[in-house]
Amino acid sequence: MSGAFFAIVRRDLALALGSGGGAGLGVVFFLSVITVVPFAIGPDLVLLARIGPAILWIGALLASLIGLERLFQADVEDGALDGLSLSVLPLELTAAAKGLAHWIATGLPLVIAAPVLGLMLNLDPAAIGAVVLTLLVGTPAVTFLGLVGAAFAGAFRRGGLLVAVLVIPLTIPVLIFAVSATMAVVTGPVPFGTPFRILMGLSLFALVLGPVGAAAALRSARG
Amino acid sequence: MQRIALIGEKLGCRRGFRDLFHNLDLVGEGGRALVVTGPNGAGKSSLLRILAGLMTASAGRVRLDGAGETPLREETHYLGHEDAVKGALSAAANLGFWRQVLGPTGLPVEEALDEVGLGGLGRLRGAVLSAGQKRRLAIARLLVSRRRVWILDEPTTALDVTAQAVFCGFARDHLAEGGIVVAATHAPLDLGAVAELRLGRAA
Repeated sequence: MSGAFFAIVRRDLALALGSGGGAGLGVVFFLSVITVVPFAIGPDLVLLARIGPAILWIGALLASLIGLERLFQADVEDGALDGLSLSVLPLELTAAAKGLAHWIATGLPLVIAAPVLGLMLNLDPAAIGAVVLTLLVGTPAVTFLGLVGAAFAGAFRRGGLLVAVLVIPLTIPVLIFAVSATMAVVTGPVPFGTPFRILMGLSLFALVLGPVGAAAALRSARG
Repeated sequence: MQRIALIGEKLGCRRGFRDLFHNLDLVGEGGRALVVTGPNGAGKSSLLRILAGLMTASAGRVRLDGAGETPLREETHYLGHEDAVKGALSAAANLGFWRQVLGPTGLPVEEALDEVGLGGLGRLRGAVLSAGQKRRLAIARLLVSRRRVWILDEPTTALDVTAQAVFCGFARDHLAEGGIVVAATHAPLDLGAVAELRLGRAA
């Protein structure tokens, strides 16, 4: 059973990182969002440093949604989902494996790129550390909540913005606690740990709920 | 080994406002193929998807007799209209993936590729395979994982005459081992003695 799980992770990673997979697109999008913000705000370094964590998180949130709409749709179109449904693995774990592969291909590069982009927003090292830590814990939650939207997009063959419209409202708690944990480092007075623990809780919640919701969406669409 | 049978009881399927079929009873016995025939739009594919558990019947139920505790999902191979071949991966990687996902209980990848006549082509990307070669690769899925129920929807589409004969050979071997074959087809398949189920006329 774990063989099947890792086979799905490996295949999805190979597809995402191979030619035409589009794994790098998220980072490029993240980079462009963070690059245009200082131009829009103007050369106010203090202001940039204060809103920087929020900007980084909004950029990462939107970048995490890129490519989600194709996650199940490609498998629906070429019949692979039929085979996956008959797998030795329950559909929930299949969805989780696809989510994990998607996070490694698109979420993890965002975490790695964040320190460099943080410098562009005049963040001090402590704030950069906090942003990276919250992204590391928070982006899996975004991806796994996104699985539900991805499953709907695949099952009902409606792609594009539908995923963003469905998923963004679900990710608001993650955004609130991730940014407030980072702001706690920048301005205080709340300790970093309080909102960060809630963020970890939300993440664990999403890791379980996302695949279950995605599997339910795929099943209900079979009609 | 105990004989197994795939049994559909009082199956009904509704698409939109139309009843494709209702009160349909069928038995797919181990060792004897069940061939589903009927005009386009009669509900053959829907029936096969219901039997494979990929679609919910609007009435009735499907069960597998004599298979013990294994759920039907893990005993079933479904070969549909799509070949499920990823163009970006090599033929061997495609097949290796399905071997892991469906349970690595059958032939190794290289042997299965040889069996379907794709020996030596394992390193080619899926995108450069012809329609018939993709079909052969899909058929190789039946060989890399041993499952007792084969549900085949137009299995020989795009295959040349030789490959059709080879495929019928696989199906006959499977039947000889007591396996179940349920196939929808327009082309005659040489599967020995078969039971036939004719679905009604398309309205």
